[in-house]
Amino acid sequence: MRGRWVLAGCLFWVLSAPSLGAIEAQAFPDETIKARYYDLIASLRCPQCLNTNLAGSDAMIAQNLRATVLRLLVEGKSDAEVEQFMFERYGDFILYEPRWTAKTWLLWLGPLGLALVGLSVWWSMGASSRKTRHGLSESDRANLKQLMDR
Amino acid sequence: MAKQSVLIPAFVFAGIVVLLWFGFQLSDPHLLPSQKLNDPVPDFELPSLTAVGETLNAADLTGEISLLNVWATWCPSCIAEHGELTRIFETTGLRIIGVNYNDDSDAARAWLKRWGDPYAFHIVDEHGTLAIDLGVYGAPETFVVDAGGIIRYRHVGVVTQKVFEETFAPLIQNLKDAS
Repeated sequence: MRGRWVLAGCLFWVLSAPSLGAIEAQAFPDETIKARYYDLIASLRCPQCLNTNLAGSDAMIAQNLRATVLRLLVEGKSDAEVEQFMFERYGDFILYEPRWTAKTWLLWLGPLGLALVGLSVWWSMGASSRKTRHGLSESDRANLKQLMDR
Repeated sequence: MAKQSVLIPAFVFAGIVVLLWFGFQLSDPHLLPSQKLNDPVPDFELPSLTAVGETLNAADLTGEISLLNVWATWCPSCIAEHGELTRIFETTGLRIIGVNYNDDSDAARAWLKRWGDPYAFHIVDEHGTLAIDLGVYGAPETFVVDAGGIIRYRHVGVVTQKVFEETFAPLIQNLKDAS
């Protein structure tokens, strides 16, 4: 009976293995290339799956692109050249940090703009509450004094 | 003043609703803009699927307007698309060139035997290198390539009769008129 459970456990483990991560056996010529490879596949987005990087995707295109990244690094390309290679084929989409262009400036400056709007609203609310706290006119004060002294 | 500050969050909320309403309708996020439009088909040197032993290159794509169709046996939508490609070839005589993508060549030949072969020839792209140069990220994808070998249009997903008649046919007519 116990053996059956162990067997079921093993089966479960084996069957779930493919979902543990997309890791294929790559032959790295040296440690530097290995480190650069992992950095690059973490910073490039899988074109098929909208929000997974190349490192985390099981999609066929991600496998092909990982192999391509390694091939380019082995060929002696710099990180910037690999990113340029991907950009030429897949556009801004593939870069998790899109470049500064006419199309992407809003993406970069938008959050800053929203923060400025928030700050100005906060500031104006603060200003109006200060005004009401200290905003008694001379006649108001006189009125108040009259009421209090009554 | 008090009345105004009550309205500010309402305006902000309305602004966000409008932004998201249009933002989400803007386009299908799965459709990446093509980087290769109006560029020549990237150069390649790959074997032919059916003429075993022969190699093909970008020059084989010139001479007439063609559809360059990326397909694979592991792609179920490609079977759905196959009928329409056959219909296009039979009714218009348009040259259709296959890119057999990330596939097993024996399986691909068996697939063509089973479903028919309206293609002029097929490029074997076993490791997806040509596909990557084209910016392909799935199958099926179809490019319209003009007689000079320049990419004029890219369609991601299945080419249906509607897509062909509404998008491809006018475009091809324009290309024919221009030449």
